Amino acid sequence: MRARIAALSVLVFAATACGDDATATGGAPTTSAGVEEATSSSTPAGVVRLLTHDSFLVSEAVLDEFTAATGFEVEILAAGDAGLVLNQAILTAGNPFADVIFGVDNTFLSRALDNDVLVPYESPGLADVPAELQLDPEFRATPIDYGDVCLNYDKEAFDALAPPGTLLDLVAPAYAGKLVVENPATSSPGLAFLLATIATFPEDADYTWRDYWADLRNNDVLVTDGWETAYYGAFSGGSGTGDRPIVVSYASSPPAEIINAEEPLEEAPTAVVSEGCFRQIEFAGILRGAANPEGAALLIDFMLSERFQEDIPLNMYMYPANAKADLPAEFLENTSVPRSPLTIDPATIDANREAWLDEWTTIVVR
Amino acid sequence: MDDNSGAVRRFSWAIAALAAIPLAFLAMFFIWPVASIIFTSLSPGGRFDFTSLREVLTNADLLGVAWFTLWQAAASTVLTLIVALPGAYVFARYDFPGKRFLRAAATVPFVLPTVVVGTAFLALVGSNGLLGVDLDGTIWAILAAHVFFNYAVVLRTVGGLWSHLDPALEEAARSLGASRWRAFTGVTLPLLRPAIAAAASIVFLFTFTSFGVVLILGGPGLATLEVEIYRQAKQLLDLPTAAVLAIIQMIGVTAILTAYSRYQERSAVEQGLRPAAEVATRPRTRGQRALVAGVLASMALLLGGPIAVLVERSLHGEAGYGFGFYRDLGEGTRTGAQIADPIKAISNSASFAVVATGIALLVGLCAAAVIARRRGRLSRWFDALLMLPLGTSAVTIGFGFLVALDAPIDLRASWILIPLAHALVAVPFVVRSVVPVMRSVRQRLREAAAVLGAPPHRVWREIDLPIVARATAVGAGFAFAVSLGEFGATSLVARPQTSQTLPLAIYRFLGQPGAFNFGRAMAMSVILMIVTAISIFLIERFRTPGLGTF
Repeated sequence: MRARIAALSVLVFAATACGDDATATGGAPTTSAGVEEATSSSTPAGVVRLLTHDSFLVSEAVLDEFTAATGFEVEILAAGDAGLVLNQAILTAGNPFADVIFGVDNTFLSRALDNDVLVPYESPGLADVPAELQLDPEFRATPIDYGDVCLNYDKEAFDALAPPGTLLDLVAPAYAGKLVVENPATSSPGLAFLLATIATFPEDADYTWRDYWADLRNNDVLVTDGWETAYYGAFSGGSGTGDRPIVVSYASSPPAEIINAEEPLEEAPTAVVSEGCFRQIEFAGILRGAANPEGAALLIDFMLSERFQEDIPLNMYMYPANAKADLPAEFLENTSVPRSPLTIDPATIDANREAWLDEWTTIVVR
Repeated sequence: MDDNSGAVRRFSWAIAALAAIPLAFLAMFFIWPVASIIFTSLSPGGRFDFTSLREVLTNADLLGVAWFTLWQAAASTVLTLIVALPGAYVFARYDFPGKRFLRAAATVPFVLPTVVVGTAFLALVGSNGLLGVDLDGTIWAILAAHVFFNYAVVLRTVGGLWSHLDPALEEAARSLGASRWRAFTGVTLPLLRPAIAAAASIVFLFTFTSFGVVLILGGPGLATLEVEIYRQAKQLLDLPTAAVLAIIQMIGVTAILTAYSRYQERSAVEQGLRPAAEVATRPRTRGQRALVAGVLASMALLLGGPIAVLVERSLHGEAGYGFGFYRDLGEGTRTGAQIADPIKAISNSASFAVVATGIALLVGLCAAAVIARRRGRLSRWFDALLMLPLGTSAVTIGFGFLVALDAPIDLRASWILIPLAHALVAVPFVVRSVVPVMRSVRQRLREAAAVLGAPPHRVWREIDLPIVARATAVGAGFAFAVSLGEFGATSLVARPQTSQTLPLAIYRFLGQPGAFNFGRAMAMSVILMIVTAISIFLIERFRTPGLGTF
């Protein structure tokens, strides 16, 4: 009871203090229907539990603002990679140990929806989110951020030779032995890149993705287990210690090289090939059976607020879903959001994932 | 139990009571969770579905994975024994400056995160490697890494017993005309067999469930069951297949373990153990000195090489050498988000390790006392059951906690799961370190004490405890190190971000782009090494007079 009163008074204070500028302080929750539910409900729970993957990172100050505005503390529960986290949600469907899940991406989305893990919630914040990011018409999964898995190259290595412009360039003899990719069977950027090749060289074309990968293999592509080994171990650009000048990474990696440089850099040592990028969209949702659905709804509203959204690029290296959120300067100067990123419908991905991965393994590994 | 006196019958009751603690622990935190997750995965609609079982058993690729898992583990075990036994001998028989420190330091590789070691190995034996050979993607890289990780298991387990063997036995054989080799194979080796078998069983289990090493160094072409289970769970979200593979993994482990304990029982020899201090001498002859030097040099290359790469990388910034990465470990991102809190990570890791070691000692010592005294099939199964968690995939244990531990108290998001998962893996180390020594304690001493009217707990306290105290310290050191380094299960249990451990912090830095974060991951790894070496060193210092008492 005391927690509720405290929450209420903080809310009243926040509402009056923020006054007309509610959006600037991430005040979306104060205008949402969820708040009234939270304050009128009889649940005394003061904690919202957020189940997420290991890469989730948000500033303490941002979460404090959520607590100040709603009275709910956020407890972050990290539980491995995105796929493992979704499995945990599926295994505990209906009897979850958290209220909100974050980090289900479009390659796994239909699995989450088919397993009835999430309940619908239409956040008012969706008004500022572009339609192409909103993949669930029933509002069970709310898009929070997105990123593009793109080829990155080491600028220094491409003086005489031009950097690749398309995926097809990579099978040319000039690029032999230069590419490192992640194994799609163990890595999510690896899977995204495989999907990019499937979208570019579809099944019904003369030259299919199977032909493409056979050619990549003949051109001495290196396959590593995951992003860390590919980028830090095999890639030659930026913070990489290897000798391969082209790597599958993210559109945000060049800005990250500047932001996380040891010594300040004038410009990024790496650059992005803006053709052949695959779009990853990360979603949040309220878990069915959540102990604190009111807090969960408020948290999703907050995650779409500009305050939270503008915290995303510098911590998770993804782009905010909210179109009104500003990007850091490094993101504007050193990379570009690909104009026409590739996508494949989540249901198609889910239906074919296993077969595609098996075929890929046969073509590239055996 | 070879005779039927009343004292012996009283023993049986004591043994049953002792067995209850480990059994309850395993039932609650291993059997129930693992059974739950396997049943849940294989019966999606509440009814058992055999399709995945059939699919796996007819899939040549998956069967190939099972076969590879088995033979690479066998090869790794043999190779580790060959490489590490001379080390165990030198550490048992000779005194040299810095010995205690080196023994603690040799344990460091054991706790290092595989991703970090993997990149260090690639720097040495990958393409453009410093050593000039490219082993990347080959079985040789995997075997070398397995020796690197498990050297300490042999050094400590076998060395522990070897340092108490009475050299007079071998000397007697020599004076009767046996060659050095004959004296070793005819006298010393049979006496060491229990410890060698114990070490081999642990190395086998560790490499049987090898994950990061195979994932990183094996390339996409080589996979163990552990890697395949992870792949099925993470990328394919195919839990039924993962569950079938987990069953195959556990059946394989159980078969090996029961064969092992049958052997172990037969090979145990009661013998008079000697205090270590009486046994070890300074190397005197030129040959002895050469042997000690040779072993230390090979350790420096094999264990020191990858470690040196890590240390160098943690110190080498763009502006030259310095402690910048260490100083800035706790620095937040520009918006103030903290990737890791080094002090908190150290204190979390240490606290979890204390709790996990405490649990592992309680469970492991009770279990060891039972196994050492009971013979027969029941005891063999009990022993195998205790070892089984070491041979069970992290995914199975992590997901098992999730589906089983929601009632009566919902532990699914509690920090306590972390030390519990660590303890499951640590118990076998306590058992394996202690049982060979306990078995070697002369039964006659115990019987004499019992006949003289000492109640069982007093026999245990005054005969067994002092003798096993040294072995217990070895086991405790292992348990502590296992906990400090554990990553797989830790990362899979849903844990509050505030309970970040050192390995989790390292992975956190590695998952973030940029040279600054890579350097900080290396610095964090070096801190983990230092924390480990210090802990082992302290635990080993804590010794009771032990064997000096008889």
